Amino acid sequence: MQIITTDLAIVGAGGAGIRTAIAAAEKNRNIRVALISKVYPMRSHTVAAEGGSAGVIQDHDSFDSHFNDTVSGGDWLCEQDVVEYFVKQCPTEMVQLEQWGCPWSRKPDGTVNVRAFGGMKIERTWFAADKTGFHMLHTLFQTSIKYPQITRFDEFFVLDLLVDNGRVCGLVAINLLEGELVQIRANAVVMATGGAGRVYRYNTNASIVTGEGMGICFRHGVPLRDMEFVQYHPTGLPGSGILITEASRGEGGILVNKDGYRYLQDYGLGPETPLGQPKNKYMELGPRDKVSQAFWHEWRADRSITTPRGDVVNLDLRHLGPQKLAERLPFICELAKAYMGVDPVHEPIPVRPTAHYTMGGIETDSQCETRIKGLFAVGECSSVGMHGANRLGSNSLAELVVFGKLAGDAAVERCAEGHNASDSVLEAQAADVEKRLKTLMKQKGKERWGTIRDEMGLSMEDGCGIYRTAELMRTTCSKLAELKERVKNVGVTDQCAVFNTDVLSLYEITQGLDIAESMAHSALQRKESRGAHQRLDKGCNKRDDEHFLKHSLAFYNQSGPPRIEYSDVKITKLPPAQRVYGAAGDAQPKK
Amino acid sequence: MKTLKMAIARYNPEVDDKPRFEDFHVPYDNQTSLLDALAYIKDALAPDLTYRSSCRMAICGSCGMMADGIPKLACKTFLRDYAGAGKVTLEALGNFPIERDLVVDLTHFLECIEALKPYLIGNTRTPADGANRQTPEQIAKFHQFTHCINCALCYAACPQFGLNPAFAGPGSISLAYRYNLDSRDNGKQERMPMLNGPEGVWNCTFVGVCSEVCPKNVDPAAAIQQCKVESALDFARSVINCQKEKEVR
Repeated sequence: MQIITTDLAIVGAGGAGIRTAIAAAEKNRNIRVALISKVYPMRSHTVAAEGGSAGVIQDHDSFDSHFNDTVSGGDWLCEQDVVEYFVKQCPTEMVQLEQWGCPWSRKPDGTVNVRAFGGMKIERTWFAADKTGFHMLHTLFQTSIKYPQITRFDEFFVLDLLVDNGRVCGLVAINLLEGELVQIRANAVVMATGGAGRVYRYNTNASIVTGEGMGICFRHGVPLRDMEFVQYHPTGLPGSGILITEASRGEGGILVNKDGYRYLQDYGLGPETPLGQPKNKYMELGPRDKVSQAFWHEWRADRSITTPRGDVVNLDLRHLGPQKLAERLPFICELAKAYMGVDPVHEPIPVRPTAHYTMGGIETDSQCETRIKGLFAVGECSSVGMHGANRLGSNSLAELVVFGKLAGDAAVERCAEGHNASDSVLEAQAADVEKRLKTLMKQKGKERWGTIRDEMGLSMEDGCGIYRTAELMRTTCSKLAELKERVKNVGVTDQCAVFNTDVLSLYEITQGLDIAESMAHSALQRKESRGAHQRLDKGCNKRDDEHFLKHSLAFYNQSGPPRIEYSDVKITKLPPAQRVYGAAGDAQPKK
Repeated sequence: MKTLKMAIARYNPEVDDKPRFEDFHVPYDNQTSLLDALAYIKDALAPDLTYRSSCRMAICGSCGMMADGIPKLACKTFLRDYAGAGKVTLEALGNFPIERDLVVDLTHFLECIEALKPYLIGNTRTPADGANRQTPEQIAKFHQFTHCINCALCYAACPQFGLNPAFAGPGSISLAYRYNLDSRDNGKQERMPMLNGPEGVWNCTFVGVCSEVCPKNVDPAAAIQQCKVESALDFARSVINCQKEKEVR
């Protein structure tokens, strides 16, 4: 097997991975960085983020305000020291992107403009029309080209890590076009592999968002933290799950039920705000968990609209007018037309909540490093402690660059230490990866991975959806255990070495089952309701700080479901309080 | 449910000398995209069918392929549009070497993007200095060319790229031009040699199909034509400068 030696290996070339690579190259001009991705960088899912990226910029805004919104938005499960670092770094990173060429939308005087976003008290969301992730990713990718330190390994699929004595030493990947395995030996590895939205049947995520980066770390003993918190975005297109940005509501769009009624006023987000005058933290600018939960109640009360692709409510943007829609929301207009046959200038867009974001992930410390020395994680795959039980829109794009920079800097320092792993140990590990892949290629049986994937996805929707009960979660846990057995009987048809997406899909789905189990078991054992984890069963339908102001930690267990443990939440300056929005939020006494 | 016949070019480099067609019958409704149909075939009929895909919402640029000979994004092209003919033929993106089935080798495209230096050059501001000012009018000059998703449909459509595989091609030239037009950039002189050179803009004979097939209305043909004007001016300037130098001597 070919061995490539580098200093720093980064797995994933989306926003977080590329920002990490650039930070490392700037920190040490002599470093060698391998940037490895199963797709070309510009195919990474960062590209699909629409609405914007947070960073305090207005004179009447403050870091404290962004901090308070984020921590209360996360229902107090955020690491507060991490959030404090984050809010202070956001503006610098947004300006850095500007100086790398990002075409932020501007005001007439040429300064950067910001827009309103859900759960944010003051407008602080930087945006590039409604293609912010696209522009950030392309800016980062194009800028990365100027650093000779960075060598890209496009379309290399990482299968496993090389770890010796608690120290990461590299990884094994398959070169998709050649079909050959390669070891990439490194002094530090940064995982930037994105979330796991595809373990749900209906989601906003790209087909590549399968979670195996988390799965690889999980199997090496790194816990997955807070996995029960999965965000349903309130406005996805029915059927396809394609994302319709929250910026639609930031710009003034409204949500109405089948009677044309703005139902959010009935769910602690009111009173109703005048049409065309959105008010921060009111109504349509509530946080995503609460807006999705409101949909659920409307649906159960038979006030949603039934369509062949599921129940929907209407997102009405008509009052914004064609000019504003073209300027601020051109992409969602394009999407609504192409995929729903609806022109938002003339008709409301049918939408429903859709699985969107994995709040939890690979546990790291505040410097993005995991329990395995030299192994870092950043972006959606990680749990550095940013999002708690519910992420605010526009905090995740900012997270990519803020923590990409931090991880890059920290990893460079770790690289300098080197490691003294024995070559024979690493060779043996790599040979084992090769053997496992060959065994998987030869696997025979009547099951199909597509069936396993679909059954997993539907079971996750049933058991780990917007509202949960012990009974439904138990059913999902049993189903996942069954699928973990059945996946061993999936037959692999494709025996070609080149670009074998049959065997790699099976690999992704096998890892996805581990991730789904970590979500379902973490959820079952959290006997309270907090943020995106809402339970209907008795005794569990309120937040319980006494017992559950804790992070959950799911540990891999070879012989059964994951072991769930808990760790403390770091609270520095904002003690837990009631989480309220709308008029109730304004009535809450200020600290 | 209605069904459509799909003839798909298959190529396994370990077995086949050249692509061969295989027919599949795929059920569809009004919203079924070509990409949905490929996923159906891979799930139910041919697990070894090989194609690229990611976002399924026309923003990542993965799923470019030829549908009845025309470059298309599979995720934004619908089976309903072929109902009249009762059939659609899918092949790998034209003008690129085929790796397998519908997957082509995009190395040349990536190399051209890299060679044309698509990043800001010669602007020394740092975050401590604050953001550059850029008015909406200044942004409007280059904004259209920022929308390229690198899907390479324009390369598959370009007859000149078909004739000269060394041509930098519409996509990468548009991107270079985008930076040349950016008020924050001072790197035009570093990009012009390649744009003027044997792989540059003068390969283009203004057929214009690159802009016709662009799924994002980037209009690379306009970028190339405007670049030609720049290139000609650049040439004129160099002649004048050369004569001035002679006079000085």
